[in-house]
Amino acid sequence: MGDQSHRPVDVARTVAAVYEQEWAFVLAATARVAADLDLAEECAQDAFAQALASWPNGGIPLRPGAWLTTVARRRAIEVRRREATLARKFPLLVTDLQVTEELPLDGQSIPDDRLRLIFTCCHPALAREAQVALTLRLVCGLSTQEVARAFLVKEATMQARITRAKRKIAEVRIPYRVPEEVDLPQRVSAVLDVIHLVYSAGHTAGSGGALVRGDLAARGVSLARMLHMLLPDDSEATGLLALLCLTESRRPARLGPHGELMLLEDQDRGAWDRGAIADGLQLVRIALSHPPAGRFALMAAIAAVHAEAPRWEDTDWRQIVGLYDLLLDRWPSPVVALNRAAAISFADGPGHALDALQHVEADPLLAEYPYLAATRADLLRRLERTEEAIVAYAEALRLTDNSAQATFLARRLRELQSSTSDQEDTP
Amino acid sequence: MANYLAMIYDNEAAWAAASEEDVAEMLRAHSEFGRANGHALRGGARLADSAAATSIRKGTNGDVAVTDGTFAETKEVLGGYYVIEADDFDQALAIAQQIPSLAGGIELRPIIPS
Repeated sequence: MGDQSHRPVDVARTVAAVYEQEWAFVLAATARVAADLDLAEECAQDAFAQALASWPNGGIPLRPGAWLTTVARRRAIEVRRREATLARKFPLLVTDLQVTEELPLDGQSIPDDRLRLIFTCCHPALAREAQVALTLRLVCGLSTQEVARAFLVKEATMQARITRAKRKIAEVRIPYRVPEEVDLPQRVSAVLDVIHLVYSAGHTAGSGGALVRGDLAARGVSLARMLHMLLPDDSEATGLLALLCLTESRRPARLGPHGELMLLEDQDRGAWDRGAIADGLQLVRIALSHPPAGRFALMAAIAAVHAEAPRWEDTDWRQIVGLYDLLLDRWPSPVVALNRAAAISFADGPGHALDALQHVEADPLLAEYPYLAATRADLLRRLERTEEAIVAYAEALRLTDNSAQATFLARRLRELQSSTSDQEDTP
Repeated sequence: MANYLAMIYDNEAAWAAASEEDVAEMLRAHSEFGRANGHALRGGARLADSAAATSIRKGTNGDVAVTDGTFAETKEVLGGYYVIEADDFDQALAIAQQIPSLAGGIELRPIIPS
């Protein structure tokens, strides 16, 4: 502990930084003794408030996270002892710690309970949207209002979603525990899906103006980093972090000067983040070193092929098609099939891709998927089947609810329409 | 410790269409499940099919209406149940996942202690 006093402004800045860094650790460690997620949240918030009040005079502790955790846990134990005789609304969280147990309060040996917190938030008995909301609220420390805004729902709706999920955790006794070895791959996979979803929601905002909702994307990356740190030997956790690093490396080049979407083809590769690419490439190698390659490792490998091409024309499309084949073989999904068709168009030509697309088009799940119409439109345009391309672009434009995407599609549509207007037979 | 009710919802048409051997195999699978998880099972039974169901509803004026059939018309109907005692949800889930079912699935719910 330092004994000199600090300016409140500096302390506030430090506390904000510590919040970002340590919130999950503090909450996770507190939840185990509080045995109640709401109580744990309250105590963790109190601890941060106490830091704001006492650090200006008492000094900023050497290990702020340990200080906060100790304060929050002490408070949780007090409350639990006091309410021991009261009737509870919901049963306690199932933990393997007795509240009467002596806790190491020196802050040295507080166990890292973040994995417990993550697995509880992403339990398969909770709906996917509840898993996402809980993860952002509890692991990332976002306010309910921030989570609501990120997913474009009313705050009251988000509040209800989070409350319902917490209630289910307590009521059905979802344990605050890292799953058994046999269940681990499946449970990790659910966590990875949630993180990927958080990142994707930030990366391509479905609705609204900005294509890149930077904050959610950054949360996704830090969640992936946290999971990789907590599960260093899990190659899918490594694969996901690799994928996000490589996707994120292209962010500076994704939007043009007027906020319009830049295709990979047109991006200024000089603007790509070389540091993020180097990190991503190293992680991909690790993720692929334990065959068979997982879903995220393969997706990261595809991103790596792009990252390694100095120019669009240098892209190794043959290798990308091969990676999509592997992906489609073990994790068939219409979206993967669609991306594979796009890769085939560059490896073998748009005519072959149109053939590959036929299987995808039969899928009713994709009937309203704007990227299907957009991909077909692009292939038809490149085959100079202009009339059909115009119809497909118009359909894609009707289906998309992303404004940057819509601007791009509208521009392509205008270009095609003006090229046919010379023949005076525009429909 | 908590008790959970595992409700077996199955497709009755599939049961009706099943051969004698298939039904026998299903019953054998249930005895096997019971033997393997006997330590955690606090009850369980197979129900007669929905043709034998009778619904009883209280009317607004206090009289009771008795009607033929199940409460809700669904393809999957409740065909049996187990009561599972477990430390927590994950333990109950691990057991419930092993419950044999012909063409349906299991709904798992905690029983509120009285």
